[in-house]
Amino acid sequence: MTFDINKIRSDFPILQRKIYDKPLIYLDNAATTQKPQIVIDRITDYYTYENANIHRGVHYLSQIDTTAFENAREYIARFINAPKKEEVIFTKGTTESINLVAASFGRKILNKDDEVLVTAMEHHSNLVPWQMLCYEKEARLKVIPYSDKGEINLSTYQMMLGDKTKIVALPHISNTLGSINPVKEMIRMAHEKNIPVLIDGAQALSHLKVDIADLDCDFYCCSGHKAYGPMGVGILYGKTEHLNFMDPYQTGGEMVEHVTLYETSFNEIPFKFEAGTPNVEAVLGMEAALHYVEETGLDEITAHEKNLLVYGTKKLQQIKGVQIYGKAAEKAGILSFLIDDIHSFDAGTIIDKFGIAIRTGHHCAQPVMNKFGIPGTVRASFAMYNTREEIDKLVEAILQVKKMFG
Amino acid sequence: MSMEEIQEQIITEFSYFDDWLDRYNHLIEMGKSVPLINEKYKTKNYLIGGCQSRVWLHAAMKDGVIIFSADSDAVITKGIVNLLIRVFSGQTPDTIIDADISFIDEIGLKEHLSPTRSNGLMSMIKQMKLYALAFKTKSANQ
Repeated sequence: MTFDINKIRSDFPILQRKIYDKPLIYLDNAATTQKPQIVIDRITDYYTYENANIHRGVHYLSQIDTTAFENAREYIARFINAPKKEEVIFTKGTTESINLVAASFGRKILNKDDEVLVTAMEHHSNLVPWQMLCYEKEARLKVIPYSDKGEINLSTYQMMLGDKTKIVALPHISNTLGSINPVKEMIRMAHEKNIPVLIDGAQALSHLKVDIADLDCDFYCCSGHKAYGPMGVGILYGKTEHLNFMDPYQTGGEMVEHVTLYETSFNEIPFKFEAGTPNVEAVLGMEAALHYVEETGLDEITAHEKNLLVYGTKKLQQIKGVQIYGKAAEKAGILSFLIDDIHSFDAGTIIDKFGIAIRTGHHCAQPVMNKFGIPGTVRASFAMYNTREEIDKLVEAILQVKKMFG
Repeated sequence: MSMEEIQEQIITEFSYFDDWLDRYNHLIEMGKSVPLINEKYKTKNYLIGGCQSRVWLHAAMKDGVIIFSADSDAVITKGIVNLLIRVFSGQTPDTIIDADISFIDEIGLKEHLSPTRSNGLMSMIKQMKLYALAFKTKSANQ
């Protein structure tokens, strides 16, 4: 299979847009990715020809919809190599997936003085739910440090895994530093002590191969919209034994088996965790997005984004006064940087005027900014449709920023 | 000068610039002459929320008008806050409370008016009007 960048770019209608009369250069993919036409069409088709509520109708539309929805679950499970399709629960995104585990699993296993381990490079969504839980349970949140390069020291981590540790929550890829953490090894180390591990995979899905069976993680959380799919959908992968042990997160329709006015028994997994009408259009859109990724070739996408990272890093380093944050040896297509002592907001405002979408600020990871003693960074993050020419334009914009504020 | 006259003056100033680059350069220049807030007020209490950069704003009542001073760690934000100070500082609380700030549209900085815009221009205006309201209430109670 050849990786045809022109074809890929033509599949994403938004890339034809002009911003301030300049072609859009979209480098904010760690925030959300753009959607290929096939995903947009899938959603339109759904509402044009298929719309009905699922799992509860004998009528034709409800039945084909239910089949489509469950086929999507099966496909997504296969895409991430989850051992069983019922271990894949649809949520509204990574944040909800993590909150679900903190509430339904964490709350059940955590006692006073127990410990939860997170890293110092978490996105707030894999930090705040654990903080709240620890506060409620009078448990302790322990933070795994990382080096200035953005790498976790495995022996320090191993020493932190103690008798009191009840759960470990790790980011697969840091959304600010781009580090690809050695999660497989970290999961193995935790499992040696029978400690379950949750992986925040928000930045990983569709950027590198996510292989749940190989990782052997207990929970894996990710979002559709960061993987070329629609917003408002994500998944929680959980091992059957945990999901059966957990209490429901929300209650209502669909997730029940038998209800009297005074008593309810709950449905089996995954339905136990899918109360109410799910976001069917988004689930089908997410399936279409992952199909598109598979057809394009995930290995090729990973290689392309790595190429862009290497090229972008080289180009940025050639500009005097540019400081890159996050220099891990294993790194995804995320480049956080500052230009001299120019505020990221000033830089971002000017870069925007070039039609370039980048992110500025703390990226919902304030502890990371605190570690480096900065209020925020400028972040360029790559996806399959980005090109070296776009990076060259970014460099032009940075030179303009230097001229204006330097 | 009345507030309307100051706004007209700013509109005229900006009308000399055709492209965004010059407008921003002008804004950056304007930031350099902001009446700087006293260092002792650069604390959490004087920070305006809702901005990606930090903006400190102080207000004092003198001879029936409000005098603002401010600072920011971002240069463009400093220009924007000074733009507002030029309009609002030296005006009575009532004038500030009722002020129409549509001049922002006319100088090509409309994009900064969106309520979600992270530079918090809306937050700055709101804070200035809140100060005015507070001074008005205080003087009415005296």
